[in-house]
Amino acid sequence: MSERGTRTAPQARRVYPPAVNVETERFWKAAEAGKLLYGYCLACSEPHYYPRSFCPFCFSERVEWREASGNATVYTFSTMFHTQSGPYTIAYVTLAEGPRVLTNLVDCDYKQIKIGDPAKLVWKPSEGGSPVPFFTLA
Amino acid sequence: MSIKGKAYVMGAFEHPTREAPDKSTPQLHAECMRGALADAGLSKDDIDGYFCAGDAPGFGAMSMADYLGLRNLRHMDSTETGGSSYILHVGHAAEAIAAGKCSVALVTLAGKPRTSGGGGGGPRGGGFAAAPEAAFEMPYGGTTHNQYAMCATRHMHEFGTTSEQLAWIKVAASHHAQYNEHAFLKDVVTVEEVLASPMIATPLHRMDCCVITDGGGALIVTSPEVAARLKRPKVKIIGAGEAPKGTYGGKVDLTYSGAAWSGPKAFAEAGVKPSDIKYASIYDSFTITVLMQIEDLGFCEKGQGGKFVSDGNLISGVGKLPFNTDGGGLCNNHPTNRGGITKVIEAVRQLRGEAHPKVQVKNCDLAIAHGTGGSLGTRHGAATLIMERE
Repeated sequence: MSERGTRTAPQARRVYPPAVNVETERFWKAAEAGKLLYGYCLACSEPHYYPRSFCPFCFSERVEWREASGNATVYTFSTMFHTQSGPYTIAYVTLAEGPRVLTNLVDCDYKQIKIGDPAKLVWKPSEGGSPVPFFTLA
Repeated sequence: MSIKGKAYVMGAFEHPTREAPDKSTPQLHAECMRGALADAGLSKDDIDGYFCAGDAPGFGAMSMADYLGLRNLRHMDSTETGGSSYILHVGHAAEAIAAGKCSVALVTLAGKPRTSGGGGGGPRGGGFAAAPEAAFEMPYGGTTHNQYAMCATRHMHEFGTTSEQLAWIKVAASHHAQYNEHAFLKDVVTVEEVLASPMIATPLHRMDCCVITDGGGALIVTSPEVAARLKRPKVKIIGAGEAPKGTYGGKVDLTYSGAAWSGPKAFAEAGVKPSDIKYASIYDSFTITVLMQIEDLGFCEKGQGGKFVSDGNLISGVGKLPFNTDGGGLCNNHPTNRGGITKVIEAVRQLRGEAHPKVQVKNCDLAIAHGTGGSLGTRHGAATLIMERE
């Protein structure tokens, strides 16, 4: 298996600032306080992610945005090579509260990642925007 | 109401170019239209329906219809489902024809990512920036490669699928491409060569990925009345299905594709089953795309795709399910990063008996063309089309 990385010196991968709108600004305010929010429907008791102003399952607007514990497990992942910033790992993790979340697995050896591994929330700055939720192996 | 037998694919043209620095994208659309009209034996002013998608430059279908000089349009559709759009458009054209809204529908696709630097692999941005999911996905460097690759990682975990099994899909495509004079990659490759090619996004190697080519294609779909007065072999549309698949509020399941819904709808409308199919055009943006769609369309049990595609089972004249006999997106052509139209074109060639003699399926009277457009790892549009020779 060939795992050639980049031919130039790795630079930190750019984390684009999340585009905030009036529906989601609450989420990014909480992010600045280190809290990851997910949606929870009071009508059908289903959690959802990404959070929105209504429940995508029953369409009720009786939705609460709750703080996730930050505990999760790895559902799937892929480590990308041939990038200007060196290898990085995209993943879905399953939150302890249920929903699966797209993220990156950071601050860990990508060769060690396995499906089912426990992971935990870490925050990383974006370029001039809100901090962004990432995960690392727990 | 059904579209079964209500419309025919009477013109099909794949642009021979794979690298077109000297042509504009609208010009390529026009050349594809010219080719499909010539194939059908029709002229520009016969066209009364026009279908295009996101690759068509300008304002929906308006700019291209104006540029192409389509003066007699009475039906237009610019539904965008990425690379599967053109398979879906044929189904929509059949619906419009069945409803009497048009009688000669043109579908075009063209673009030039190879010579204008749009590889389709970079982080998704641009027009996607205002999408509701954008803030929750764009920071993570999602590309076409790593999003599809996550499906492969999960498939391997759940079903024991191997890189060797995925490699067989590329090997089969390369066996077909060697006979296609226009194929971008004509060399036959082995499983070992696929596994030795550079890792792009685990577990997908470079040879698990489709080519990046300039080019395009066009189709002419007509009413039975128009088809009856044309000289070309008649390819009848007998079933179509479409479905979106997404991330469902966090109930993400990457083990299946939208083909699990679009496929059964198309088979039911056509009144045939997967084992009846003689030739299959299966969208091959990546090897994993083929494997999952083959399962979801019902050619084998879920999870058995790895076994099914191995040992040349997709090679024409060798295996049970001859697929992508033009070499597909993996070897032949993936014009403007969208392979849907070439899927329909090769199926039409097979049904007409006009595929290369080395890959022509004997007595090919029933074919499927299926596509996944967008991202298998987040959200995509699936489109299935079933056609028969009349």
